[in-house]
Amino acid sequence: MDRRPRSFYLLTAFFGLFILFLYGPTLTIGILSFQGPEGGLTFPMRGASLHWFRDLFQEQAVGDIWGAFRRSLALGLMVMVTTVVVSVMGGLAFRKRFAGSGVLFYLIIASLVIPSILISLGVGLIFNQLGLRVHWATSGFGSQLTWTLPFGLLIMFAVFNRFDKSYEEAARDQGASAGQTITHVVLPIIAPSLIGVGLFGFTLSYDEFARTLLTSGSYNTLPLEIFGMTTNVTTPVIYALGTMTTLFSLLIIGAFIVTVWALGRRRARLGSDAGKGV
Amino acid sequence: MLKNRHFLGWLQAAPLSLVLLVFLILPIITIVIVSFWQATEFSIIPAFSMENYQFLFGSPVTYKVFLATFKYAAITWALTLAIGFTVAYYLAFHIRSQTVQIALFLLCTIPFWTSNIIRMISWIPFLGRNGIANSTLIDMGLIDEPLEWLLYSDFSVILAFVHLYTLFMVVPIFNTMMRIDRSLIEAAYDNGASGFQTLVHVIVPLTKPGIMIGTIFVLTLVMGDFITVRFMSGSQSANVGRLISNDIALLQYPSAAATAVVLLCTVLIVIGILLRFVDIRKEL
Repeated sequence: MDRRPRSFYLLTAFFGLFILFLYGPTLTIGILSFQGPEGGLTFPMRGASLHWFRDLFQEQAVGDIWGAFRRSLALGLMVMVTTVVVSVMGGLAFRKRFAGSGVLFYLIIASLVIPSILISLGVGLIFNQLGLRVHWATSGFGSQLTWTLPFGLLIMFAVFNRFDKSYEEAARDQGASAGQTITHVVLPIIAPSLIGVGLFGFTLSYDEFARTLLTSGSYNTLPLEIFGMTTNVTTPVIYALGTMTTLFSLLIIGAFIVTVWALGRRRARLGSDAGKGV
Repeated sequence: MLKNRHFLGWLQAAPLSLVLLVFLILPIITIVIVSFWQATEFSIIPAFSMENYQFLFGSPVTYKVFLATFKYAAITWALTLAIGFTVAYYLAFHIRSQTVQIALFLLCTIPFWTSNIIRMISWIPFLGRNGIANSTLIDMGLIDEPLEWLLYSDFSVILAFVHLYTLFMVVPIFNTMMRIDRSLIEAAYDNGASGFQTLVHVIVPLTKPGIMIGTIFVLTLVMGDFITVRFMSGSQSANVGRLISNDIALLQYPSAAATAVVLLCTVLIVIGILLRFVDIRKEL
């Protein structure tokens, strides 16, 4: 291995600073959430305690955050499942040109770049004019899909662009029907990417703010609840909440990454029996 | 057979089309229609009136706010591009082990999957009047009084934008860099190019599609934002998104809709120009 150029060390330092920039603030509120009961929103720490975490479990201190958490969790799961199913179907559709595929592609891009507040406003107005009540599980759910689906589809496009079609041909040559080819050949091959799509679906929904602002109705999702707290809560309890929900996100992300990794290991172990026959 | 092919495509694309129809196309149409309506303090009235647009284009505030929006977008773009390109370049060309590369890449992307609101809140203890930045600077003797412009200022707004959106540059640029044929870089070295010359004449031109996609992401996210500006400026600065959300808060939906239409047109024009430089379908 040849020697590293000096630029390597400079760039490593830059990268280190970038990571510090990304994670530093989050770590800071992580530390400050253990502030003593007398402590404030900034350093110094006045003792260390679990006081503010305890406050999270008392309704009067923080409002209905557990209800908001349950709603965000349910909504995240709904969005995740829908995003995976719709993205896979869309990805399969786009493997061949069909009338209108060009327009649909640009709609997907439009859905990605349109300012979130427009979706919020537009969906809110439609429900309003039709005399329907906005609710996180209906209007909120649909609005979030306009943000998660483009990501899911872009991943599916990338996956299918790299997909080796000879696997399907082999399946067909051995007499598999179109449906069997998809369920027994295509889906298992793209499974790790589907987990990625699921990760985007869940986390983007769980953290979405702007698109749910006018479409979630009288019951807040967690990001809306947290934002509401920023205007009237001036104690470290908001840091405790931030730390809890970030930890929850990290747990979810970790679970997804470990699953992808385990699938990869399993595939490396069992995937191919080439050269083992005869 | 031809019909059959189209039919299968339509069937598979049907759920997607339905979602986009109901939650993307119809809302935009509704906004366009409502932008011609009129409003009282309590309700909105169907009409065909140019009043909202006349008011919008007649008000100096509009131009100021649009200018501020472009300013945020331009500065954030330049910073995210510089940082994003450097990080992607480091990951793509200086990390030799693929495992380390994946690990570091994930390290960069994980914050993207956590809450933006909390990531904004987390700047308070750092930038506040008695925050870490100020007390460090005072301890070092660089300043005597806490700096007031660190938090709730344009500075903190742009800092938050860069914090939240640099990732949208890193990922597409990294993706494009990883697809550059390494023999091209060797060829440049063999022909006597220095590292810097290779970077400028080989890597940057080949990375342009990634840069364009990152640019589209960052510009649209910043131009459409309202919450970062509101929170990080302590409601002292405005951009177009805030103009819309303020109207919404006052239940002035027609006026909000008119502003939204103008914002949408602006964003689409910007994207239209950028898409001339890159074929997204080819880059996936």
